[in-house]
Amino acid sequence: MKVAVASGKGGTGKTTVAVNLANLIKEDYQVYLLDCDVEEPNAHLFLKPSFEKSYPHTVPVPQVNQDNCDYCGRCSEVCAFNALAILKKKILFYEHMCHSCGSCIYFCPREAMVEVPREIGLMEVGFYRGMGFVHGILNIGEAMAPPLIKEVKKYQDRAQVTVIDVPPGTSCPVVASLKNIDFCLIVTEATPFGLNDMDLLVQLLKELKVPYGVVLNRADLGDDGVEKFCKREKIPLLLKLPFDREIARLNAEGVSLIEEITWVREAFKDLWSGMKELMKFHG
Amino acid sequence: MAKEIVVISGKGGTGKTTLVGSFAHLASQKVMVDCDVDASDLHLLLNPRVREEHEFYGGSIASIDKEKCSECGFCESMCRFEGIKDFQVNSLNCEGCHFCYHLCPEGAIEMKEEMAAKWYLSETRHGPLIHGRMGIGAENSGKLVAALRRKSWELAREEGARYIISDGPPGIGCPVIASITGADLALIITEPSLSGLHDLERIADTSKHFRVPLLACINKYDLHEGKSQEVEDFCGKKDIKVAARIGFDPGVSASLVEGVPLTEYSQGRASREVKSLWQEILNNL
Repeated sequence: MKVAVASGKGGTGKTTVAVNLANLIKEDYQVYLLDCDVEEPNAHLFLKPSFEKSYPHTVPVPQVNQDNCDYCGRCSEVCAFNALAILKKKILFYEHMCHSCGSCIYFCPREAMVEVPREIGLMEVGFYRGMGFVHGILNIGEAMAPPLIKEVKKYQDRAQVTVIDVPPGTSCPVVASLKNIDFCLIVTEATPFGLNDMDLLVQLLKELKVPYGVVLNRADLGDDGVEKFCKREKIPLLLKLPFDREIARLNAEGVSLIEEITWVREAFKDLWSGMKELMKFHG
Repeated sequence: MAKEIVVISGKGGTGKTTLVGSFAHLASQKVMVDCDVDASDLHLLLNPRVREEHEFYGGSIASIDKEKCSECGFCESMCRFEGIKDFQVNSLNCEGCHFCYHLCPEGAIEMKEEMAAKWYLSETRHGPLIHGRMGIGAENSGKLVAALRRKSWELAREEGARYIISDGPPGIGCPVIASITGADLALIITEPSLSGLHDLERIADTSKHFRVPLLACINKYDLHEGKSQEVEDFCGKKDIKVAARIGFDPGVSASLVEGVPLTEYSQGRASREVKSLWQEILNNL
């Protein structure tokens, strides 16, 4: 069972929900937590896992052997991303533009190009109290997150339940994070911003044909727009959490809420049984 | 020339749009641009009336002509993005790289330009706003951001604007890099938490990597004074000036519900702190 935690809008509490949910589920199931927010990974701050394996993640990029190259320009012609430019006796390669499609290598008539690995980030794999933990950390200055997210996603079939922390937004990093999942938990807040961005995410989930339910965070700071929307669209509202200074304080310190606050633990139990029912998961 | 100020955060939901909405209210002779094209919200505070609508074509998607396709499967075997399965294109997976288009022995693959977004030049009661909306799951948000910024420079020149105020996206990747490169000032808004601090470190490094001058501010600083101190210590060490400490104020959510910039909606403490932050920004330009 693969469950993603996403939001559209940033800062609604995705990581908090993902971490606490995973912590609760691991009491009964074998669990992996995957942090797909490779631009700003935070789940490890709450779990402090011990990492057993870490390795750089690379993408293949072309390297030109100038001896074989006759500057015919075919590579630059087939590159759809303007990553290759030909000067009179020189090939310029803009590595940040390259999408690693392999086109230039294949079409070079003189076999003057080879693929070499280029590092874009770091992968870390470890454990926290029996729960598997995986995240990727995108290198500073690196533009493209999806290749690293795909690497993190390789670990999504290793346990009975996988919880996936998704980056904010609705574009390519989010699409990459939501690939091949069974359920998406939308974490939003009770403001018009929360509603607007949740609406965008719902449209994406419909297109991906993924079932979903909602956690409404800081439900008492804002209005009833999200609740009305859920009712109208028949979206299950699985959990409402109020704004609470104690939660804010514990969260700021990276403390697991379900171990510190009894009513939060009960609330997450309800959330998980609601999700199990929706997913028809009885494993 | 107009000074371009972009508000970023690394971590999402720390208050970028609340600040930009207020700056729109406080600044004179300015142009606003919403670079958070993934989940843009600034229009909810500024209530724009659309003056121009543009289409944005970010890239193209493969399309297979059934008539010509001999079902040899070469395209599927060479595609690195799982963009083709059983002689059909999966448009969410297709990277738009044209590899299959060049490969197909039957010439059965065509690349179709994808309208990735619509973007607008709008009027608001606080001046012009340039904003866009990516198609669901669309690619190339960085290219759209670049297009929006170009328009904002052009408009600022035409109107003789003094400031371009830009609402940036969260994260540190492609749309963020496209938003901050070459800006006159990036204001990082963070919050006092482990996550806020960690994300601040990464966005500060990213901004320095692209040589963008920085200011920082702490939102909801009183929700954890200890972590606020850690944020200040970090900024001190990195030589980033902390230009404001904004207190937690339920008036902020109330202003969002009303759809009005905070400083216009309320005279409360957060509103006053945002006003003095704007002065501080002007002093630092």
